[in-house]
Amino acid sequence: MAQFRLPVGSRIAEGRYFNYNGAGESMRRVQVYRWNQESGKQPQIDTFEIGGEIAGPMVLDVLIKIKDSIDSTLTFRRSCREGICGSCAMNIDGVNTLACTTPVADLPETIKIYPLPHLPVIKDLVPDLEQFYKQHAIVEPWLKQSGEAPDEERLQSPAARAALDGSDECILCACCSTSCPSYWWNSDAYLGPAALLQSYRWLADNRDGARLERLKQLDDAFALFRCHTIMNCTSACPKGLNPARAISKIKKMLVSRQKGN
Amino acid sequence: MKLQSYDVIDHVYDVIVVGAGGSGLRACLGLAEAGLKTACVTKVFPTRSHTVAAQGGISAALGNMGEDDWRWHMYDTVKGSDWLSDQDAVAGMCEQAPSAVIELEHYGVPFSRTTEGKIYQRPFGGMTTHYGEEIAVRTCAAADRTGHAILHTLYQQALKNKVEFFVEYFALDLIMEGGECLGLMAWCLEDGTMHRFRSKLVILATGGYGRAYFSATSAHTCTGDGNAMVLRSGLPLQDMEFVQFHPTGIYGSGCLITEGARGEGGFLTNADGERFMERYAPNAKDLASRDVVSRSMTQEIIEGRGVGVDKDHLYLHLNHLGRSVLDERLPGITETARVFAGVDLTREPIPVIPTVHYNMGGIPTNFDGEVLTQTGGVLTTVEGLMAIGEAACVSVHGANRLGSNSLLDLIVFGRSSSRRAATLLKGQARAPSFNGAQGEEAIARFDQVRGASGGSPTSVIRQRMQRAMQKHCSVFRTEALLSAGLEEVVDAWEMFQDLSITDRSLVWNTDVVEALELDNMLRQSATTLASALYRTESRGAHAREDFPDRDDTRWLKHSLSWVGDTLEVSMDTRPVVLTTGDYDVQPIPPKARNY
Repeated sequence: MAQFRLPVGSRIAEGRYFNYNGAGESMRRVQVYRWNQESGKQPQIDTFEIGGEIAGPMVLDVLIKIKDSIDSTLTFRRSCREGICGSCAMNIDGVNTLACTTPVADLPETIKIYPLPHLPVIKDLVPDLEQFYKQHAIVEPWLKQSGEAPDEERLQSPAARAALDGSDECILCACCSTSCPSYWWNSDAYLGPAALLQSYRWLADNRDGARLERLKQLDDAFALFRCHTIMNCTSACPKGLNPARAISKIKKMLVSRQKGN
Repeated sequence: MKLQSYDVIDHVYDVIVVGAGGSGLRACLGLAEAGLKTACVTKVFPTRSHTVAAQGGISAALGNMGEDDWRWHMYDTVKGSDWLSDQDAVAGMCEQAPSAVIELEHYGVPFSRTTEGKIYQRPFGGMTTHYGEEIAVRTCAAADRTGHAILHTLYQQALKNKVEFFVEYFALDLIMEGGECLGLMAWCLEDGTMHRFRSKLVILATGGYGRAYFSATSAHTCTGDGNAMVLRSGLPLQDMEFVQFHPTGIYGSGCLITEGARGEGGFLTNADGERFMERYAPNAKDLASRDVVSRSMTQEIIEGRGVGVDKDHLYLHLNHLGRSVLDERLPGITETARVFAGVDLTREPIPVIPTVHYNMGGIPTNFDGEVLTQTGGVLTTVEGLMAIGEAACVSVHGANRLGSNSLLDLIVFGRSSSRRAATLLKGQARAPSFNGAQGEEAIARFDQVRGASGGSPTSVIRQRMQRAMQKHCSVFRTEALLSAGLEEVVDAWEMFQDLSITDRSLVWNTDVVEALELDNMLRQSATTLASALYRTESRGAHAREDFPDRDDTRWLKHSLSWVGDTLEVSMDTRPVVLTTGDYDVQPIPPKARNY
């Protein structure tokens, strides 16, 4: 039987082990994916024993503790630390989520942290999101209206505004798209749940005048219909949104449009 | 230590905008509409800028939910500023507020709505009608995620207008020559390359420096990089002593709970269960302006009426509002309180404490965003340089900003700066590319930090600075406290000269990013403390226990501060503008400030 080896960037080596030398018991072990393209080495998993005082209860606080007091080369994105900017999306114990809103107390004693899956890695926990952002732009996520805007605001009833609830709160963290097996296989052609949720946000907005144009753009075998209702997106969303439902609503809009409505 | 020489990639644009928060993006839109070739250089992807965390809303006298007038909005803003704002700028901002907000709605911002379908508005601290008579309903909101709604919409519009972004580029320094700004040096994190931008105009939209403190509502990235670039260019910052403490940061994590929570009917209590704000501000109560509420809360804690084991915080009650108001109007903070305080808002109060939130001070500018400097008492504009948003000090916020005036500031001055840029650059040829070694000092500084092999890691020095600021430059200040704080910051600066960096790489080297940010914050910490020492009165957010009264005879003026290479600060002043220019409104003469 022929045997093939994975390319070097996909073979993960065992990395360094940092013992906890402080006072008291170490509380946790944290295993973190590390890769620095400038080192010329393959990726590795470093293990950090964590003990002593941590500034806060979240996984992000643990990562900051490691960076501040054990290994300042550890690299990850972070900004708001309150779950609204979407910077610190990563795979924590097998689940895509935000490090800043994931309590350590909910995790096992050994925590495994990887970058978001199926994206090129730039360094450690920092993935390359270029394709993700491009797909967000493809759905032309802005209000389209022909004609002059009125002097006042456009009127929208509270009920019409409520139609946007659950879609306009997206923070573009990419947890959903990168948890979707269908997106993993076809990320070049399938837009993925985040871009489709964004598309739905405009389809659902009664101020938008480009509904048919938007639907037409999605009407091919891949862009929308590679969603196989696996629902990983909905379980992954750290904001509790439901991209899968939005996608199924778009499918329904397409069908009813084809019926001549 | 010299590691290697750096290849530099050159770019030429009409305008460089640094920062992609609310003001930077709004400026980019205006510049794109004017047909100017614009680059937006930003250290985080635009929708991750800290504008995204703004909650309560954006003020504008639309009058959708009751009678309103922009002149009342102006009165409130001037009174809120404790008369330190420039009244012509405030008049301009408040007059333009309704059109700026309507424009946002036309861009697609998903505002909450009234039953008539208009933009929903809510009461906010210090906002009144009829010149202080009644509580105004003026703050336009998209639930409690208004900043998110506005920032994402502006990014969408930027996509539509094909704005050129340089995302995850860290700005190192301005390139100045003969007092004129010629461009900017920046470091691309993704591939580690150096980029030199040449333009006729650089617009700094780099936000505040809340992270100079140990506990702040600000994001980790709020390090005031633009302010520090200005200081390194030998230019002054203005009114740096004015740091706003938001009354309701969550005790422990510092996460923000919007003033809109009190706007919707929430209230504060002490250990006796007393609504203590009724004592300090009989009329406005919990909706007095932020400096007043933060001082009152601190006073309660000092007098032993704090809650908790250490009696060191207070409670914010929202449970009486009911689930439907919380779900519809305050869903974001309901979630934040659950995640970060373990509190179910329908049953329990939130533990809160005044927390560093906003910098009223910053880069002095005029209404058009042009940066100002002063030599020998003569005020001049700095050619080629503008500043907007929290980085700028126009000044519309004076000694204390009113809640929901900040999002307004971003939009109004983002817009006015782009209009001014279009006028300035009309008919002008694009600047020629750099032909010499301009910007080499910036790279030398970068290289020095990257190669640093001393004994003090960034995290240790940073914590020292943050603890010093937290302890010595807080809600109440004295000369002794401030002087000791300045000494500690200078100590931290000396430690920084013995910096230790472990990561020598060029790609996504956050070890170096954090050290460069620390350099930036140390300079601003020094100006903040020195300015606070300099101003021997109490005004707005600056409360000196040794000088408890406002002193209009001596101090109705802006402070200016310069910082030298050894962190020595020199001070000067400039007058406050007490006239209203061409605006159809009377100036508001200083008087006692009660809520």
